[in-house]
Amino acid sequence: MSDRTVQTVVGMEVHVQLKTRTKLFCSCETRFGDVPNSHVCPVCLGMPGVLPVMNREAYRLAVMTALALGCRLAERTKWDRKHYYYPDLPKNFQISQYDMPLGEHGHLEIETPDGDRKKIRILRVHLEEDAGKLTHAEGGGNASEVDLNRTGTPLMEIVSQPDLRSVDEVRAYCTGLRQLVTYLGVSEANMQMGHMRFEPNINLRITEDGGTAATPIVELKNLNSFRAVERAVAFEERRQLDEWDEGRLTLEQAGKVTRGWNDDTGETFVQRQKEEAHDYRYFPEPDLVVVEPEVEWIEGIRAELPELPLAKKDRFVRDFGLSDYDAGVLTAHIEMARYYERVAELSDAPKAAANWVTQGLLREINARGETFYREAVAITKREYDKAEDAIADVAEVMGPQFMQLAPHLVVSAEKLAELVSAVEAGTVNKQAGDKVLKGMIETGRPAAEIIEAEGLAQTSDTAELEKWIEEAIAANPGPAADVRAGKKKALGRIMGHIMKASRGKANPRVVTELLEKKLAP
Amino acid sequence: MADLLDLTAIEMLAALERGETTSRDLVAASLQRIDALDGRVRAFLSLRPEKALAEAQAADARRAAGEPLGPLAGIPVAVKDNMCTADGLPTTCASRILADFRAPYDAAVVSALRGAGAVIVGKTNLDEFAMGSSTENSGFGPTRNPWDLDRVPGGSSGGSAAAVAARMVPVALGSDTGGSIRLPASLCGVVGLKPTYGRVSRYGLVAYASSLDQIGPFARTAEDAALMLQVVAGHDPRDATSVDRGVPDYLAAVCGADVKGLRIGVPKEFFGEGLDAEVERLVRAAVSACQDAGATVREVSLPHTAYAIETYYLVATAEASSNLARYDGVHYGHRSAEHGDMIDMYCRSRAEGFGDEVKRRIMLGTFALSSGYYDAYYLKALKVRRLIKQDFDAVFAQVDCVVGPTSPTAAFRFGEKTADPLSMYLSDIYTISANLATIPGLSVPCGFTVAGLPVGLQVMSDIFTEGRLLGIAAVVGQATGARHRQPPLLDTLAGGKGVAR
Repeated sequence: MSDRTVQTVVGMEVHVQLKTRTKLFCSCETRFGDVPNSHVCPVCLGMPGVLPVMNREAYRLAVMTALALGCRLAERTKWDRKHYYYPDLPKNFQISQYDMPLGEHGHLEIETPDGDRKKIRILRVHLEEDAGKLTHAEGGGNASEVDLNRTGTPLMEIVSQPDLRSVDEVRAYCTGLRQLVTYLGVSEANMQMGHMRFEPNINLRITEDGGTAATPIVELKNLNSFRAVERAVAFEERRQLDEWDEGRLTLEQAGKVTRGWNDDTGETFVQRQKEEAHDYRYFPEPDLVVVEPEVEWIEGIRAELPELPLAKKDRFVRDFGLSDYDAGVLTAHIEMARYYERVAELSDAPKAAANWVTQGLLREINARGETFYREAVAITKREYDKAEDAIADVAEVMGPQFMQLAPHLVVSAEKLAELVSAVEAGTVNKQAGDKVLKGMIETGRPAAEIIEAEGLAQTSDTAELEKWIEEAIAANPGPAADVRAGKKKALGRIMGHIMKASRGKANPRVVTELLEKKLAP
Repeated sequence: MADLLDLTAIEMLAALERGETTSRDLVAASLQRIDALDGRVRAFLSLRPEKALAEAQAADARRAAGEPLGPLAGIPVAVKDNMCTADGLPTTCASRILADFRAPYDAAVVSALRGAGAVIVGKTNLDEFAMGSSTENSGFGPTRNPWDLDRVPGGSSGGSAAAVAARMVPVALGSDTGGSIRLPASLCGVVGLKPTYGRVSRYGLVAYASSLDQIGPFARTAEDAALMLQVVAGHDPRDATSVDRGVPDYLAAVCGADVKGLRIGVPKEFFGEGLDAEVERLVRAAVSACQDAGATVREVSLPHTAYAIETYYLVATAEASSNLARYDGVHYGHRSAEHGDMIDMYCRSRAEGFGDEVKRRIMLGTFALSSGYYDAYYLKALKVRRLIKQDFDAVFAQVDCVVGPTSPTAAFRFGEKTADPLSMYLSDIYTISANLATIPGLSVPCGFTVAGLPVGLQVMSDIFTEGRLLGIAAVVGQATGARHRQPPLLDTLAGGKGVAR
């Protein structure tokens, strides 16, 4: 067999549900999980005679995203109708943007697991309305149920160029996009609620026998999780290669095909081909006017753009001396990044603060798992006023990961900063600090109270320390002798004894100094 | 006392003000007239007699109590049945597909009428979804022309025009996409005005062709039309295409209007082949009358008029094919009793629910928007539409208005044009340009044929100059005296005309 190289080529179409209070063309609320058809009105029901009115906030959020992606903003955009018949689309057309998207020619910088950065070109960003939801009721014969609560919800579609070359890059792109929209606050980007939907377009470029050929492009529909995207793209890489080996079918011969993804079998499948190719009969929506955003308005949005994820990560590494890994963990979610920055600022000890957040708080949250999350949500609901109720509602739907996104609901940044400061100032040592943190999580009390109540304050009182040191040397004659002989490593055993005897109160720095004097060679 | 229904709306308001009549009497007279004549005319698709009488009595009570009253307080009115009403009356668009549809909301114009104190007595017939020029396309049977029951009232707002002509109501609303107010106004001998696109909110008007549809009044006088326009015009945030621009005082523009110094343009393209000689004679006589009253008249040219029909039937049908996609039997409206799968349900429901003309236009529009044809048809039509608009812009730089016939002929007989859709389409040859150019257009009676059929004069002017059109209509109305003639049908009323008791 001759040598060959196989290059995966992927472009992404991603739909992001925007975080607006109301729908794109009417004033119905955008709420998930309510009674079917409880957030509908004549406009989103597509009743005769009603007219759409554009939601400016949705447009603003999409413009913000386009700006953050470095897109060129259209001076003039319009709306178009895209026609197809389906019961979840009451008007039998979708209002979208066809040939004049609000943003074009941008890029998203991604970072692969091995730290490589790459700019993925963005072809376009546009807005459109979502369709409703069909439920094919079990035992309901051939009847289906239609829920139009989601109908008219603002969706932003972000289309990339086919710049992605591996499953890792695809994943980095998807997570990067999610990170971006949450940083911008334009979407809740909750995967369980279907706020992000992915459609990879994938094919292979195969070079062998001195020639290069491309396999047919496969558009994968309806992927709702990062894992599904990864698995589906990986599956297609293998499947397309097999198909190539069997028949040498090229893109030129077969064009583009649509396949679905079965999450249970882990396989893609051919979707029933329509008898004819879809003709959406796009034409300009005559019920809406052309949108010509003012330059000042756009510049105002640009000026308000927050620091973007990779820039923040780089700054944490550069200014705070964090490891690349820690900076990554702390910038993965905007809420976490905000929390960390607050702790760092209040404690004036960024590096220590990073350790306390990642090694302390996150570990505790993860260790406590689901039960803890349930309790925390229950407490939040009880203790906070109405505004926080909303947070708790979101938390309920999102599950345990929410506690990582909202660490301030476990221990406020102010409280954690007190602890960091206490350790940094030598009031308590690291070990005692761990205990204090546990106490804070369990009781919600501030660090100072716990330190006081538990008697965890470190002592630097030489007389008291001398007593523990004498005891420890007496109990560990061997190591003591080793230290005297110059083996500094042996100090650890003695230190451990002292810490145990003092129940963590002994100030390790002072003890070390005293010990080194006492056991000097 | 003279027949109450011979009064114009403004005269009715004055009589109410003087205590010479009551709203209850006016509405009762309206209902009696409908009862007496509408079996023959069939202007109405639905009526609300009890509610209308109750509203009239409430209006009388408010008037008696000296409470503030709207500008149409207690006046009986009718609205075309393609405007949504939330009060339990169906909104059918004269289509079997919406035969049982009851809207949960009032159209903006319906809210405006109610807010002004008007009493809606019922909803009037039309060509199905406003697609037609004779009201013969109604899914519920045609309306007859009160001047000759063997003839069409024009369309699509034939019901509203006939109701005003037969003096069932003094004023009514219609909608105009390619002439659907002006043509029936002309054929029924009443005043009909299509305002500038965006002047009146389309919210709640069931869309035929969104970029052309506009609601406007029918009345027997320019003054009444001005009063109605005053009530329904204005910006509506629910309609993105409605224009946020002050509404002038139309009544003031009409009262004491004259045409001294008015520069009238007569487009040569409006007097060519196909124009009935009698219509031409009456129209030219009206132009002469204006000239006698001090207007200057010159010939102008609107060279792209020749393409207006073709352009209209691409733009309007394309939009219609999209607007009517929602009638599929899934969420509301007619659903076929028997069907197989989903596609079959769509097909059967639409096949059973729509009439032939609607189907014809949906197919035309679908074709015009199809991939591979879009550029050649729809896009090209938009370009021609711009040229037609430019024609008017150029003409309005020289003259204040253009006048000509509203329709090439007076009212034609039933069935005369139904076999040949193209000949029917040509009925709109003079009216369509105003919709494409978004300018206002008005038809005012300017005389009668030897056979006693009314003929209308069409006047068009630049955007947002409805006041000028109404002023000209008032002058023409005075000059021709056409408003004082009434359909012979009214003489047939048993025991004379329905005098209110």
